[in-house]
Amino acid sequence: MTRTPQSRFFGRMDGDIAGILLLAALLIVILPLGLDIFRLNMVGKYLTYAFVALGLVLCWGSAGILSLGQGIFFGIGGYCMAMFLKLEASSPEATKIQSTPGIPDFMDWNQLKELPWFWEPFHSLSFSIVAVVAVPALLAFIVGLAMFKRRVGGVYFAIITQAFAAILTILIVGQQGYTGGINGITDLRTLKGWDIRTDEAKLVLYFVNAALLIGCLLLCLYVRRSKLGRILVALRDKEDRVRFSGYDVANFKIFVFCFAAALSAVGGAMFTLQVGFMSPSFVGIVPSIEMVIYCAVGGRLSLLGAVYGTLLVNWAKTMLSESFPELWLFAMGALFIGVVMVFPNGLAGLYQQYIAPHLRRLTARRSDGAAAGAPIIPPHTAAD
Amino acid sequence: MGARVTGVPIMFEGYSLAELGSIFAMQGFAGLILFSVFVLMALGLAIIFGQMGVINMAHGEFMILGAYVTYLCSTFISNYAPALFPVYFFIAMALAFIASGALGMLVEWGMIRFLYRRPLDTLLATWGLSLILQQVFRSVFGAREVGVVLPDWLMGSVAVTDTIEVPINGLFVMALTMAITIVIYAVMFRSRWGQGVRAVMQNRVMAGAVGINTEKVDRYTFGLGCGIAGVAGSAFTMIGSTGPTSGQLYIVDTFLVVVFGGAQSLIGTIASAFTISQAQSTMEFFLSGSTAKVLTLLTVVVILMLRPQGLFVLKVRR
Repeated sequence: MTRTPQSRFFGRMDGDIAGILLLAALLIVILPLGLDIFRLNMVGKYLTYAFVALGLVLCWGSAGILSLGQGIFFGIGGYCMAMFLKLEASSPEATKIQSTPGIPDFMDWNQLKELPWFWEPFHSLSFSIVAVVAVPALLAFIVGLAMFKRRVGGVYFAIITQAFAAILTILIVGQQGYTGGINGITDLRTLKGWDIRTDEAKLVLYFVNAALLIGCLLLCLYVRRSKLGRILVALRDKEDRVRFSGYDVANFKIFVFCFAAALSAVGGAMFTLQVGFMSPSFVGIVPSIEMVIYCAVGGRLSLLGAVYGTLLVNWAKTMLSESFPELWLFAMGALFIGVVMVFPNGLAGLYQQYIAPHLRRLTARRSDGAAAGAPIIPPHTAAD
Repeated sequence: MGARVTGVPIMFEGYSLAELGSIFAMQGFAGLILFSVFVLMALGLAIIFGQMGVINMAHGEFMILGAYVTYLCSTFISNYAPALFPVYFFIAMALAFIASGALGMLVEWGMIRFLYRRPLDTLLATWGLSLILQQVFRSVFGAREVGVVLPDWLMGSVAVTDTIEVPINGLFVMALTMAITIVIYAVMFRSRWGQGVRAVMQNRVMAGAVGINTEKVDRYTFGLGCGIAGVAGSAFTMIGSTGPTSGQLYIVDTFLVVVFGGAQSLIGTIASAFTISQAQSTMEFFLSGSTAKVLTLLTVVVILMLRPQGLFVLKVRR
């Protein structure tokens, strides 16, 4: 490709940017107009998983590192936010019926007399927001450093991350007094005095969430199209060759794993804000691997696909479990098998294969001559 | 786990030395039962994952299938052939092996064989399979946990000293585990067929070139691993009840056991199952169950980070 680095990202009105604009229009204009606040809040909840799916596209799709522990980071992000909100909700005035006023209710139920030390900094909103991204990224850094420097990858990495998800869940459930146990941190009320439970607040949070998602999408696109992104693809396909070319493969892997972790954590924090609680059921093995399927259904190579995949799977889950709860696990299982055996590139792959050629023919006919000579390469085949 | 000792954190103080000795002996025995279950589950996985390199996330469900077969068998025999009841367990075990093994071969034929080159995808596909199987179990057997009735000779316990008692069903499971381990060892390392399996796993192309039907070996090996899982499930019914999602509870533990032991070494699998189960059950008495589990898993994961190849490594020239 002879494109200059700058035009690669901003200069050209290409398929990806157009797709993101279309998605932005859908999320920010069409859905809020078409759905009532209950359903919109639900879409907002689904969209928080899309952050995780975006991270997985980079981590798994681009770099070939399958993490089955994204729920860990989603959960930690969510818990950091929930701890701040919980502390605000348990002011001494609001909790004066407790035997120790001023600490969260579940601590009081577990006979704790004072706030544990690691809860203290979460009185500050700015600390909490930094912690949402920093704590999961740090954890991912430690895990990544230990594993990738020793060239552990592939299925071993997947199993170890899964074990971490199990460990964290058991820890949260077991340490009831410090974490709220199996119920999680519930009954969150206000953010700096602003009630997050009203319909109006939910609407605002939905827009914040959608805007953040679009922002993250652009950031991911930027990472993918940078030199770094192409090295990730190279190390997925021929790791040894990249290593022999003088790159320290482990550093790239650690970076992308941390990046994916931070993205998931943002999703988790937005989840807490919109749904109003956080619990270990979003941390463990099952939710973590479900997050992988969101990404896989959308297409593990496509950022946009991951968002649509997340929306679609979650929408189907809600629909099916409302009307035919027993069918849902069958559908989910079939989805896992189908997406692997029949369409490994997911929805985006189907789009590339069946719809994109028609679209291209249409647009090519219209702008015949104007774009003569410039070969049109679909963005994904060019990048991947 | 029938052997779990739940409770509040208890410290060493307040026990006499003799009592402490008994506690360690009893917990050691509880650990041995846990060890037997781990070994049974891990052996099947060690063959499928360690030898074939296939991640079978549905392994727990194959185990539960065996458990349900045992349950059906016990109900059927106690209703229609009560004379056979004292030995129904052996019939059930054979049936469990056949059922799980046959399903395993079917799955290998329909799914796994297309995915040998994509291990991560195998992981996802078998996870999907496990979800489907769970729902099948739930639809057929109901969401409630079921248990089997043990024949009289397996009930009760043997008193070793005044303070130490060991349950007979635990002893039986341990004996069973030992027998199965020996059989698997013989099949894998002392038979012509096992030689073929090891040849295919070490060098598929060369094995094919010397006339081994590698596809057939793959199918039967996968079937064998699943069949062993079925037997493990059968043994599991003797010490605990079975529900549709019981399999999922153990899958991560089992994978850790296999990885920790060194994926390609059967001895390593047994050694790591022993270490993990003993550590967990001994700690469980003095700490709470969840803390013990967290500490055990964390230790294993940290050791794996320092020594990714596991405890025992099979030296193979590639």
